[in-house]
Amino acid sequence: MEYEFHFEVVFRNSGMLLEGAWLTIQLSFAATVLGLLVGILGALCKTSGIKPLDWIASAYVEIIRNTPFLVQIFFIFFGLPSLGIRMSPLQAALVALTANLGAYATEIIRAGIEAIHRGQIEAGLSLGLSRLQVFRYVVLFPALKTVYPALSSQFILLMLGTSVVSQISAEELTHIANFLHSRTFRNFEIYFVVLLMYLAMSTMFRALFHVTYLYAFGRKR
Amino acid sequence: MLLRDFGHGDILLLIYATRWTIALSLIAFAGGGLFGFAFTILRILPIRLLNYLSSAYIQIIQGTPLLLQLFVVFFGLAILGWDVSAWTAAAVALIAYTSAFLAEIWRGCIQAIPKPQWEASSSLGLGIFQLLWYVIMPQAIKISIPPTVGFLVQVIKGTALTSVIGFVELTRTAQLINNVTLEPFAVYSVIAVIYFSLCFPLTSLSRRLERRLNVSSAN
Repeated sequence: MEYEFHFEVVFRNSGMLLEGAWLTIQLSFAATVLGLLVGILGALCKTSGIKPLDWIASAYVEIIRNTPFLVQIFFIFFGLPSLGIRMSPLQAALVALTANLGAYATEIIRAGIEAIHRGQIEAGLSLGLSRLQVFRYVVLFPALKTVYPALSSQFILLMLGTSVVSQISAEELTHIANFLHSRTFRNFEIYFVVLLMYLAMSTMFRALFHVTYLYAFGRKR
Repeated sequence: MLLRDFGHGDILLLIYATRWTIALSLIAFAGGGLFGFAFTILRILPIRLLNYLSSAYIQIIQGTPLLLQLFVVFFGLAILGWDVSAWTAAAVALIAYTSAFLAEIWRGCIQAIPKPQWEASSSLGLGIFQLLWYVIMPQAIKISIPPTVGFLVQVIKGTALTSVIGFVELTRTAQLINNVTLEPFAVYSVIAVIYFSLCFPLTSLSRRLERRLNVSSAN
């Protein structure tokens, strides 16, 4: 069988694709910022030594990490309205992505916090820093530095994961691809180009995070 | 009225559909393991070109969404003139996905073996394959087990995406049932529970193995 490729169909719609990619990036960043806050809160609960808080945070982390993202987003978008919680596709997408990143970030940040030596916290307290100051300067910032590489790869995974929210018709890159596919039937060309767009974005962000790391924390070792 | 209530029959249907999720996961894991092992070896053999090709493959797969990989395989194989079912496309895409991640995990495990061991072995006159087989592998396999089991969870969760190209596994069955019962809250809760009961034992197993490994290597 001979197949004629028509990539010009894709380029004719490049404006729409770029808009989709921009929404993908915005969604990823918004979810990362919110997810990090959830993650810090979750890590606090897990390291607080207060049993009920620890249980709640652990249950949250395990539920999110052991179910597929697609099912989570269907549950939030289609399931929650029967409890009276209605969201637009974009809101549901943001909630699901935040919840997802929050769970992974909880575990990552907890590991970072637990890697802080007990003696450092005691030293901070005996120098007269308040508990909050100790948490902020002695625990959280060094912990974030240790876990920065893990968090930045989690961001990339999240960005790739945003493609799944196309299934509830949040209009990010993959959804635009699906739309163009149904309009033009040039499915292979479209999905191939969009695949390359995701590859470009993840490569770009990986480089960006690496440079940021060098600037923020100095050279490794 | 075509709607019906979500009842015991539907739950049985979902449990029945779980076998396709499990079958696909096993195929992806077996095939991915085989190819992943090949890519790991290509990555560490002292032949530059093969290293580059293998690491380019890994980076492309790790830098693109699984959903898009599924689309490209599904439509791409059709262009090549193969009449592929959703089942075949799903298996091919998931094997590609799994092999890249496993290759990266296993490369890490192999490179975690201290450099002096490599040097000592080659100065004792072992060839690269002898070195890998007798010195590196026995140690690397031990440390690779916890992350490999952990990754199996990602594979199982990944199979949910094959519902999008129309492979009828657990998630797709849930969508179909939801279409006739209109009880999304119940339907999606049930499959979340099913996925959780597949994944959670593996997650805890992986964690337990990791803890045991840390304890034994500390001594």
